[in-house]
Amino acid sequence: MLNNHAKLMQFFLEAKEVTGRKKLQKMIYILQSLGMPFEEKYQFHFYGPYSEELSLRIEELCNLGFVQEKKEEKSNYYQYHYQITNDGLEFLNQFALDMPNYKAQVTKLNGKSARFLELVSTMLYFHDLSRAEVEEKIQTVKPKQNYSEEEIAEAWTFIDELKQGLLQ
Amino acid sequence: MAYKDEQLNEEKVFKDPVHRYIHVRDRVIWDLIATPEFQRLRRIKQLGTTNLTFHGAEHSRFNHSLGVYEIVRRIIYNFKDRKHWNNDQRLLCMCAALLHDLGHGPFSHSFEKVFKLDHEHYTQQIILGDTYVHKILERVRPGFAQDVADVIGKTYSDKLVVSLISSQIDADRMDYLQRDAYFTGVSYGHFDMERILRVMRPTEDQVVIKSSGMHAVEDYIMSRYQMYWQVYFHPVTRSAEVILSKILHRAKELYENNYEFKLKPTHFLSFFSGEVSLEEYLKLDEGIVHYYFQLWQEEDDEIISDLCERFINRRLFKYVEFNPNKQMNEWMKLHKLFLEIGIDPEYYLVVDSSSDLPYDFYRPGEEEERLPIHLLMPDGSLKELSRHSDIVESISGKKRTDHKLYFPKDILDKIADQDKAKEIKEILYGQGDVFDVK
Repeated sequence: MLNNHAKLMQFFLEAKEVTGRKKLQKMIYILQSLGMPFEEKYQFHFYGPYSEELSLRIEELCNLGFVQEKKEEKSNYYQYHYQITNDGLEFLNQFALDMPNYKAQVTKLNGKSARFLELVSTMLYFHDLSRAEVEEKIQTVKPKQNYSEEEIAEAWTFIDELKQGLLQ
Repeated sequence: MAYKDEQLNEEKVFKDPVHRYIHVRDRVIWDLIATPEFQRLRRIKQLGTTNLTFHGAEHSRFNHSLGVYEIVRRIIYNFKDRKHWNNDQRLLCMCAALLHDLGHGPFSHSFEKVFKLDHEHYTQQIILGDTYVHKILERVRPGFAQDVADVIGKTYSDKLVVSLISSQIDADRMDYLQRDAYFTGVSYGHFDMERILRVMRPTEDQVVIKSSGMHAVEDYIMSRYQMYWQVYFHPVTRSAEVILSKILHRAKELYENNYEFKLKPTHFLSFFSGEVSLEEYLKLDEGIVHYYFQLWQEEDDEIISDLCERFINRRLFKYVEFNPNKQMNEWMKLHKLFLEIGIDPEYYLVVDSSSDLPYDFYRPGEEEERLPIHLLMPDGSLKELSRHSDIVESISGKKRTDHKLYFPKDILDKIADQDKAKEIKEILYGQGDVFDVK
């Protein structure tokens, strides 16, 4: 029961705090792409892979009091902060979740910007294409973001590091 | 004349209860509709198990696909000669609209969850693989099939084209809301689509709405909101969906444990083993699924036989509202008691959450999470809808989630151990009303 909810709560436990909905979406997608057993269904949207199922599940966790959402007003948008609550911890303690240890990857992802994670998740979305094709696709689907060659190179290195970390 | 420009000698029309007529003039569209892959959509219901709640909801993915095509055709007609619109994209848009749901299978939500499938993956495969649809698209020009697949997959370079088929106010949603309202017979779900089509404006990378049309869009958002709660999240439909998923789980589990079915479930074997070829995927439709469910009623395995009998004869589970935060201990007690009386809680004590359902609410797209609906203001600037509309703003922040606990009340009523029966009922019925699924 509520296994997928518990996996997300454990993620928040590892992350301590996640700032930004876009960042949260991309973090879960990247972990899923690297083989972590998150089951939320993703589709490609304007800002890269997006899961409505994840959005609704987070909303459920907040409504249940398992995750706390803080809304912060910025100049022309709202920013959200997420943390697991004591009720969430108590609920999670009753679960025997079989998840690999991925704390280091969560910390690594959490240290990056939403813009960078949007790039990484988009690159992973086109995993069946060659590197050259992926880079071409990035410019096609995200012309306005103007990702530089350096950022793309950094993203490839980052993906390799994440993969290696999960293999160890 | 090039195939892409070929027109039928006279316009063909499909009578349609929602749009009155679906108009087809392009040879390419006419040929696509005639393919076996598109005709297969007649055998897949748009709303899966909803007809067990709203008996009129027998409409198919075929009806809906034609409807989306018709809406896009009308939008493009309105866009002709407008700035930012390139009419060379006309055929591409119409093909993508027509084919956007081509990969849906029978009861696709449950099938996708249980067998870890993705209908969008099959849509891409049908368009790009060795199919009749692919051959027609490639006759238009080499690479055209890939463009259609990219528009449907939302990775096409022209975002304006993508947003016609897939955005928070797109042809897909405008058709299914109206069509589902019509066939379920509910009075919500209706909005002034003609008005919305008139106030849609193409921009460089998305469709926006002229601010004077805001009230028509508010009506659309309200319809969407009401349809979710009244139709898509209906607890009776969810009960049927729970049973359907459990049948598929049980069949898979039996197969994995080398259970001998009385008749080999040939059409399901690839689904059980997790390697479903396109050919096998296309063979499965609702008729086949119902055929197996009929047969499985006669199986020796009591669980699959009982669940199939329930699904076929609409003997659904009852439910109570459930709060996992406050009632986790009760759930654990119930789980234990069910095991003690010999009822497998894995199949007969099921929590269903709103996030287990496939529909989505309007989201204002905070922090670029998701592209919102934009209003085109008189000064040419764009404003996000909920920042301008009090109605949309008020429903955007509402609690939209729930959890229900489903169980077979009829079995509980017949438990021989009276003490355990009492204990179970006290936990279940002590939580408030037990909702009868009629």
